[in-house]
Amino acid sequence: MLRGLKNLILVGLILTIVSVGAVDIYGESQRIQITGSTTVLPVAQRAAENFMKEYDITVSVRGGGSGTGIAALIDGRADIADASRPIKAKEIKIAKSKGVNPKAHIVARDGIAVVVNRKNPVDGLTLTQIKKIFMGEIKNWEEVGGPDKNIIVISRDSSSGTFEAFKELVLDEEKYSEDALRMASNKAVSTTVSRTKTAIGYIGMAYLSQTVKAVKVDGVLPTLKTAGSGKYKIARPLYMYTDGEPKGNIKKFIDYVFSPAGQNIAKQIGYVPVK
Amino acid sequence: MKEKLFKYTTTVVSFFSVIFLLGIILSIFLEGFPLFGEINPIDFIFGKHWNPTHYEPEFGILALIVSSLMVTVIALVVSIPLGVGSALYISEVANKNLKEILKPVVELLAGIPSVIYGLFGMTVLGPFLSNLLGIPIGLNAFTAGVILGIMVIPIISSISEDAINSVPNSLREASYALGANKWETIIKVVLPASKSGVITSIILGFGRAIGETMVVLMVAGGAPGFPKSIFRPVRPMTSSIAAEMGEATIGSLHFHSLYAIGIILFIITFVSILITNIVKDRRSR
Repeated sequence: MLRGLKNLILVGLILTIVSVGAVDIYGESQRIQITGSTTVLPVAQRAAENFMKEYDITVSVRGGGSGTGIAALIDGRADIADASRPIKAKEIKIAKSKGVNPKAHIVARDGIAVVVNRKNPVDGLTLTQIKKIFMGEIKNWEEVGGPDKNIIVISRDSSSGTFEAFKELVLDEEKYSEDALRMASNKAVSTTVSRTKTAIGYIGMAYLSQTVKAVKVDGVLPTLKTAGSGKYKIARPLYMYTDGEPKGNIKKFIDYVFSPAGQNIAKQIGYVPVK
Repeated sequence: MKEKLFKYTTTVVSFFSVIFLLGIILSIFLEGFPLFGEINPIDFIFGKHWNPTHYEPEFGILALIVSSLMVTVIALVVSIPLGVGSALYISEVANKNLKEILKPVVELLAGIPSVIYGLFGMTVLGPFLSNLLGIPIGLNAFTAGVILGIMVIPIISSISEDAINSVPNSLREASYALGANKWETIIKVVLPASKSGVITSIILGFGRAIGETMVVLMVAGGAPGFPKSIFRPVRPMTSSIAAEMGEATIGSLHFHSLYAIGIILFIITFVSILITNIVKDRRSR
């Protein structure tokens, strides 16, 4: 009996020491929690990996979606929320009521280029024309200043983030034409467009190459510069939200994301750097 | 002792495949049925629009079913004459040396991974057919069907050949004795005598073609609209499951609908295997 009590005290003691130690190592000040959009996830993930090599700070990154990330920031479960959309007025209201001041940092832009075959004489389209083409309302190149040929519309498959982003930025959440082909990757889209004279497709800007021709959208060519400045329309900002101005380790991380090394990560993943 | 041990091990091992089969069937049905609580099976099978990720989702798979059948029928149109023809040539016409080369070559077709067939269709056959026939896009039901047809040839050929080989020589000799030549003997005697085996091979080929995923995913184009012609891009059932399963949230209506497509596919292949067994039974009687 006495022995049992002794053991119990001993175990309790050890547990206390261990947990105190754990608080020291993984205490709030030394650990950054990031949650949110799966679009921003690869940037945050790779930035965190490199960041941890340089600093003795643990960064844990999780996906879950923009809404989940912002909710976690409001509840104090995350230090940084990743989002592929701006915060909603409703979310700001909830945040304010809990004493949280979400501050937006645009860390990169996700730009989508509309591409046609190199032999296609059409150089530019308006956003409305592109919308109508992908919805199946404009069916012939003649209607947009091209030859009298049917348009072959090529979309990504519905599991792709680019599919969703294009739907949001160009189609205003309307449905894609049911006759549109669905391809599994950016590469498959550009290969098919390069082999099909009458095709039109869309790909992440990082996948642009000489095999296809990017069209001007409302007179603007997709370049790192025009997409970064917001002049090119089919690009969306990618955000990291913090509670107020970032301080301490969180500031160090945000600064790292904006540093040349951090921006290069965004570029490698296929997004447009902002600095 | 050893013999008993052998008996029991093989019993256990063979029961494993039964358990696996039942487990797979059970999970397909358990995950697929919740859909029918929300969507009428009739609307599901005969609905014309497939838009599962839209904010007002639509779950109609008629276009997917028709796409699958269209691609499969094209595959059979390609593979039946080539498969049965090569079986007849190998067993009835070719000399022994040629036979020994041809047989493994045809069977080798079955050993090529389907992703290679897909790549071939996407980069070689698709562009080639679109130039040759003047169709706007090479990724369509026809190209996918032709590739599937090539994949199905070894199944039809090898099973048909077994059936043709098992036709007793006495029948052929009787035919020759009546003055028939080789062509007449093959068409009027050998083929009718091996009819049930040839039919079995065709049904098995059908099952292979309708269940094939990689080729249709890569070559059929994937457009979810109702197929208006065989030269249009189509979206067969299997490629829909493969392309969308990764992103569908577990437990969502979309997730259950993909399993429900699996149920439909299962029923189609199950019926085709059932027919094969009935044909086989009739033959053995």
